[in-house]
Amino acid sequence: MSVNDVIMDALVENKVDFVTTVPCKQLAGVIEKIDEAPDIYHIPANREDEGMGLCAGAYLGGKRPAIIMQNTAIGVTINSLATLIQFYRMPLPMLISYRGEVGEPVACQVEMAVHTKALLNQLSIPTYHFHKPDDADELTDILSYCYMSKKPVAVLMDATFWKGA
Amino acid sequence: MIRSDVLKTLIPLISDQLLVTNIGLPSQEMHLLDDQPSNFYMLGTMGLASSIGLGLALAQEKKVIALDGDGSVLMNFGTLPTIANNVASNFILLIIDNGSYGSTGDQPTYSGMKTSLSDVARACGCDHVVECQAEDAFDTVKSALDGDQMTIIVCKCESGNIKVPVIDMDPVVIKDRFMKVVQS
Repeated sequence: MSVNDVIMDALVENKVDFVTTVPCKQLAGVIEKIDEAPDIYHIPANREDEGMGLCAGAYLGGKRPAIIMQNTAIGVTINSLATLIQFYRMPLPMLISYRGEVGEPVACQVEMAVHTKALLNQLSIPTYHFHKPDDADELTDILSYCYMSKKPVAVLMDATFWKGA
Repeated sequence: MIRSDVLKTLIPLISDQLLVTNIGLPSQEMHLLDDQPSNFYMLGTMGLASSIGLGLALAQEKKVIALDGDGSVLMNFGTLPTIANNVASNFILLIIDNGSYGSTGDQPTYSGMKTSLSDVARACGCDHVVECQAEDAFDTVKSALDGDQMTIIVCKCESGNIKVPVIDMDPVVIKDRFMKVVQS
């Protein structure tokens, strides 16, 4: 089974019904599936901090939101994570395309990759790194954990993982 | 009229509505003038009131008013195309446009100069954009609440602030009581 399908199944099993996305090449397949999913409201955002605002509002309205983004967005969302998602105690699964890891063709992507885990660690955000396609099997439990704990949770999915797409 | 005068005139209309109030003085003034569990006070995260309001409006059926400011909309311009293309008929974005960053000392914003937020909202594809003067805020918000159409209101008023205390409520309490109103 493609990792895109495994990710989709985990979202459906967790009744995720509101997903905001800023695209990445690696995420194209899963974003397409989300857009087609009948029970998920897909709302593309122009920037990831805007997307976190949308997710916060949807959560206040009773939805189970998630954000799909690239790791470069950690740079633009730190304030939103700290002062909105964490301060008010809201769950937010972040499914993150982990650019700049082994297999990366674009040198500039490495510059944020080297800071990604350190920034997430500094923010005390539970972080999971999917490297092999089978790692996606854990996503269902990670999503449950996120909604249970009412915290942002990061899932970093690198280039080797996406070979399973 | 300054922002707090506008808010005072609006209280009879918006007191029992779901409000997402912008960081700084808009939240503090609403907290002082008419604290309600239906007010979601933003204590930080400048720029995201309209995004939170839209997400909330799309998620459920009650009317939602995002009480925003010109500086915050300027900070998160990407919100306007998202609003335009994800129409929620229960959503009102009320931008109190005093042409200044009130909470930080009334430094001028570009909306008090050459940039028209109502023109920008229309250019982004928002279908129903109304610009009004502070004196007409009540009638404008009333007709938006009476209607069944997503509305962007740009309410022009004078720059200036009243003295208000900071909000010392716990954010989780703000969230919890707000969500109970949403679910009621």
